[in-house]
Amino acid sequence: MTDKKHMIIDGQIVNFDKEQNILAVIRKAGIDLPTFCYYSELSIYGACRMCVVEDEWGGIIASCSTPPRDKMKIKTNTPQLFRYRKMILELLLASHCRDCTTCPKNGKCRLQELALRFGIDSVRFENTKKEAVVDDSALSIIRDSSKCILCGDCVRMCSEIQNVGAIDFAYRGSDMTVSTAWGKPLAETNCVNCGQCASVCPTGAIVIRNCTQKFWDAIYDDSKRVVVQFAPAVRVALGDEFGLEPGTNVAGKIVGALRKMGVDEVYDTTMGADLTVMEESKEFVKKYKAGKKLPLFTSCCPAWVKYAEHEHPELVEQISTCKSPMQIFSAVIKEHFKQVQEVDGKETVVFAIMPCTAKKDEQVRPEFIYEDGSRDTDGVITTQEFASILKQAGIVFEDVEPEAADMPFGITSGAGVIFGVTGGVAEAVIRRVVDDKSNNMLHNIAYTGVRGMEGIKEASIPYGEGRVKIAVVNGLANAEKLIEQIEIGEAEYDFVEVMACPGGCIAGAGQPFTRMEGKKERAKGLYDADKLSQVKRSEENPVMMALYGGILKNKTHELLHVDYNKREEVAK
Amino acid sequence: MRQVLDTILSEHTKKSEIIPILQAIQKEYRYLPEEALCYVAKKLHVGEAKIYSIATFYENFSLEPKGKYVIKICDGTACHVRRSIPILEALRKKLGLSEQKKTTDDMLYTVETVSCLGACGLAPVLTVNDKVYPAMTPDSACELIDTLK
Amino acid sequence: MIHNVRELNKFKNQYKKSMEAQYKKVLVCAGTGCVAGGSLEIFERLKQLTEEAGMPVSVELKKEPHEEIAFKKSGCHGFCEMGPLLRIEPFGWLYVKVKPEDCEEILEKSLKGDEPVERLLFHQDGKAYAAEEEIPFYKKQTRIVLSNCGHTDAEAIEEYIARGGYQAVAKALFDMKTDDIVQEVMDSGLRGRGGGGFPTGRKLQQVAKQKEVRKFVVCNGDEGDPGAFMDRSIMEGDPHKMIEGMMIAGIATGAHEGYIYVRAEYPLAVKRLQTAIAAAEKQGLLGDNILDSGFDFTLRINQGAGAFVCGEGSALTASIEGNRGMPRVKPPRTVEQGLFGKPTVLSNVETYANIPMIILNGSDWFRSMGTENSPGTKAFALTGNVNNTGLIEVPMGTTLREVIFDIGGGIKNGKKFKAVQIGGPSGGCMTEEHLDMPMDFDSLKKKGAMIGSGGLVVMDEDNCMVEVARFFMNFTQNESCGKCVPCREGTLRMLEILERIVAGKGEREDLDMLEELADMISKTALCGLGKTAPSPVISTMKYFRDEYLAHVVDKKCPAKNCQAMKRYVIIEEKCKGCSKCARQCPVNAISGEIKKPFVIDADKCIKCGACETACSFGAVTEQF
Repeated sequence: MTDKKHMIIDGQIVNFDKEQNILAVIRKAGIDLPTFCYYSELSIYGACRMCVVEDEWGGIIASCSTPPRDKMKIKTNTPQLFRYRKMILELLLASHCRDCTTCPKNGKCRLQELALRFGIDSVRFENTKKEAVVDDSALSIIRDSSKCILCGDCVRMCSEIQNVGAIDFAYRGSDMTVSTAWGKPLAETNCVNCGQCASVCPTGAIVIRNCTQKFWDAIYDDSKRVVVQFAPAVRVALGDEFGLEPGTNVAGKIVGALRKMGVDEVYDTTMGADLTVMEESKEFVKKYKAGKKLPLFTSCCPAWVKYAEHEHPELVEQISTCKSPMQIFSAVIKEHFKQVQEVDGKETVVFAIMPCTAKKDEQVRPEFIYEDGSRDTDGVITTQEFASILKQAGIVFEDVEPEAADMPFGITSGAGVIFGVTGGVAEAVIRRVVDDKSNNMLHNIAYTGVRGMEGIKEASIPYGEGRVKIAVVNGLANAEKLIEQIEIGEAEYDFVEVMACPGGCIAGAGQPFTRMEGKKERAKGLYDADKLSQVKRSEENPVMMALYGGILKNKTHELLHVDYNKREEVAK
Repeated sequence: MRQVLDTILSEHTKKSEIIPILQAIQKEYRYLPEEALCYVAKKLHVGEAKIYSIATFYENFSLEPKGKYVIKICDGTACHVRRSIPILEALRKKLGLSEQKKTTDDMLYTVETVSCLGACGLAPVLTVNDKVYPAMTPDSACELIDTLK
Repeated sequence: MIHNVRELNKFKNQYKKSMEAQYKKVLVCAGTGCVAGGSLEIFERLKQLTEEAGMPVSVELKKEPHEEIAFKKSGCHGFCEMGPLLRIEPFGWLYVKVKPEDCEEILEKSLKGDEPVERLLFHQDGKAYAAEEEIPFYKKQTRIVLSNCGHTDAEAIEEYIARGGYQAVAKALFDMKTDDIVQEVMDSGLRGRGGGGFPTGRKLQQVAKQKEVRKFVVCNGDEGDPGAFMDRSIMEGDPHKMIEGMMIAGIATGAHEGYIYVRAEYPLAVKRLQTAIAAAEKQGLLGDNILDSGFDFTLRINQGAGAFVCGEGSALTASIEGNRGMPRVKPPRTVEQGLFGKPTVLSNVETYANIPMIILNGSDWFRSMGTENSPGTKAFALTGNVNNTGLIEVPMGTTLREVIFDIGGGIKNGKKFKAVQIGGPSGGCMTEEHLDMPMDFDSLKKKGAMIGSGGLVVMDEDNCMVEVARFFMNFTQNESCGKCVPCREGTLRMLEILERIVAGKGEREDLDMLEELADMISKTALCGLGKTAPSPVISTMKYFRDEYLAHVVDKKCPAKNCQAMKRYVIIEEKCKGCSKCARQCPVNAISGEIKKPFVIDADKCIKCGACETACSFGAVTEQF
């Protein structure tokens, strides 16, 4: 026996320490107890009842909501429990759409997976499947409430983590649904398109709009020059879809695979991030020195920008005027190919592979559509969509030889690549603005507090006479907390990085879904890429110098920034 | 409407008082107008979806306008075993209503059931705008409707 | 304003004198039932007639004693079947089914004179009962919690104080330590009257030991069980008793804020409580520094908005907090993190109403009633097909037979007793074989029923138990909050099956499926209401399996209740072969040769009954 606090799970001794509930201890014991409504990041809801276990007196308890007790004995797989779980699944299936093969969630649906695992071979109840009620008004998120099993994960994600509350439960009992207010189309609500609801949805009730066809159409259109850029966070997540170790950096393979498919030019969005660092740092220093109203909020995350427009219009003017790296880079690419276009007559179309679902909305914001109808970015494809494109193309991803991105934008910095993880933008900007450019300082910056998966982080660095105070938040509820603190004067910052998704872009809703451990591996993947990068600071990237001396001359504002006034109009 | 809502909101200022606020609005308008709830959401800094979710959870809230006379037939156990359903059916038939259609087109009558009014000793009962009528029969209920006009 | 105990006692004695000076009292029942029967018109008319007769009339208790006839609106007497009720003191006469036109006679005989109106007295088996206390309905009862109901002016705090009200609060504040209060309640063995039967003393103790500064006392007045109205009657008839109980719970646990959650369907209860709270505040019995003790206590009323599930503790607190009334997982328990996340004493109306009496009379007194493990009394709402419906209070451990036959006067219309549903949709049914079983928390639980909030719905031979089960399942299914899968989806399917069975389309396998679902739901549902949702089905299937089998195998309803099982048949011997029925049949289901017996094709028949009406010979009849 052991002296540590322990439980006896199916006869096996399992130590526990800080686990809040027996479910966590059971999972630690290597048993994947099925659940629909449990996420350790969200509040405990306890509605699906799949995680029930038997205590030593034969009582049935829900493991997600029972704290572990020392020497507690439980069984997780008695015939009775098996029967209950099967019945719950059968009940869910009885009123659920069963057209799995044509469902966007096919193969990734938790209900489908568990039905298979528990061998549900028939449903003994009347089929009361609801008529499909599809809301495809929004550009990122498509909802079909007939596929909803009411686990409430999306509702809690939207309100607890993102403080948006665009959707909530409506009605009750067997009439209960997840709904926007008055069932309005999602596009008409305060939804910020972060897609986190879809990332936790176990079924096909909330999915991300699929734009893969548009990509294929462009590839096979000879009149088009297809340019693809891919975001930093994509490289450390895509491997999940192909059975690679979590966090594996597959940037080279992405380039190789895209070339195989016939993409004309492949670039790394990290270059766009470098430009963002340059511009945002410039803006910050200017404001800081001029004593303008601070903090300056970052603008990379379109979900955050939209959130601010809805909930804090008063803060919009404090958001950086920089376009996001994707938009900056697309604008530069388009500018770059302008002359070539005149020669070869091919229209340049830019696709962006993004970890993000809000980018699908950002891409068509009125600010980014120009008088001639052209846009910066022509299509946004999530990491998951890209994985399915690769699969459709029959590309054996594991075997793809890594290649390097195309010139003239093929060189990127370590500062740009860490944009994909929470704290990365702040760290990159710090690297740019501090006067001390030593390796030692670089190391120090990493330990100022900007790194890590905490929701709200603080850092301060010496700058000029004083210190610059920086906050890094991920999750919009955390952003809200921070804003409140700033508002009531409890905290004061000069620079605030906000990312809507918990953990930053590595855990964007366009990425393959992962839990905390996976997020940490992805973050490590990006920090490793930074370590291996020869160029650590954006301003040291030779491409920057070429650009500022070249096509960006006298055009930085037009290409790299976005007008505030228009944004406020949108907010109205 | 603004004035009415501001008065209500001056009496209930906390987010936790949403239910009393909705009750007050319903008392005023006999239902919960969308416009009113959006206004309350904004003033209280509560999401519209959240207010909607509360308004649809509770049986007593109606998002549709109700008739001038709201007739509730008790279908609690005691009333049920003393045959309350035939009364409901008779009234629905008389007024051309059904389970889905609860209010007459002229906005005079709304007929609905209520789980238990606690007047079990007088079963079966119905209420018209909260006044209790005891020991009803299908016939006496129909006669009662005629007297309301 | 009453500033201290001395003033409380002075107030008490003063109004006691005033009460004694009222040489006659007319107590008109102003409970929901009697008001619906027109009791307030009777009140006004009799008062007016008395005034016109030049007699001294008063409607409120005055500070100075006056020789006069008092007219009071009392709380529910409980004998709702016989309402409107009117009681005349000091004689204790109870007049039943009083009509406005009876007022003249009452005035002449009972107010001017000193004799009862014989015909208005309660009659049973040819005997007239003058005194209320002698009526069998009351004689077998022990009215402790309901002692004031029907006997005092429910809206007058003066009367409540004159009868010794708020003395328990004074005792708790000045003569007892908080530990003593908790101990006294613990020793009394009082258990929650709202369903579970959790020891109230333990609840107080657990909240008392919480370190949080802010704590709450919450009263669950969301009496949602169809067929139960005990709590309503207390709130309407004796609101101060319950308020006093909540205050004592506050003193014992260090809570200074109380919430009363009342169903929206109880407007009168809300009004009486508002009046009572306002009166107590005016007298300084609620608010800051009560009786100069340094103890503060405020009370608020929250009205429900129509959700049965809000009777569940965590759903109730969620509703007060302004959320959807959905139960949450436990732990944390309400005593640790209840309302607004603070330690909370949450009990129901009847439980709180017991506390002042325990404090005043001691735990031994309380234990002298009821059984070892369920001391005290319990109020029940006796309804359904029983002669005397109404509100009763008996010691715990009283048998069903005593309640249904002695107090309830047996089954209506001389029918045969079949079953009694105890505890509403969470409870089960008891049958003939359980009539002599004592009713207390543990005995009932053993039999698969529960006291619940105390609804007793009596069913006779004409009630189909499958239909009863369907009714309750329909209720729970309608009232399911929708959160957990077993309750939301499971009850829906159970209802679907039960509906199929009463429609004559059930199969034997349906019974197995019902049992399988019932087992799963009762073991895995999230909250207590979900877990007990299948109880009515489980218990009816246990005790009336034959009835279920008759429905699914023979497609027959033995109670002749389920309309779908009804068949119209022509009795050969009676049929003259006139063809009148065939001509009336809208679907041509009847055929035959003239002057020979006709037959009905059951497959075509839509059971409209036109043939039965048409037949002049009584040859068409319903068969089940």
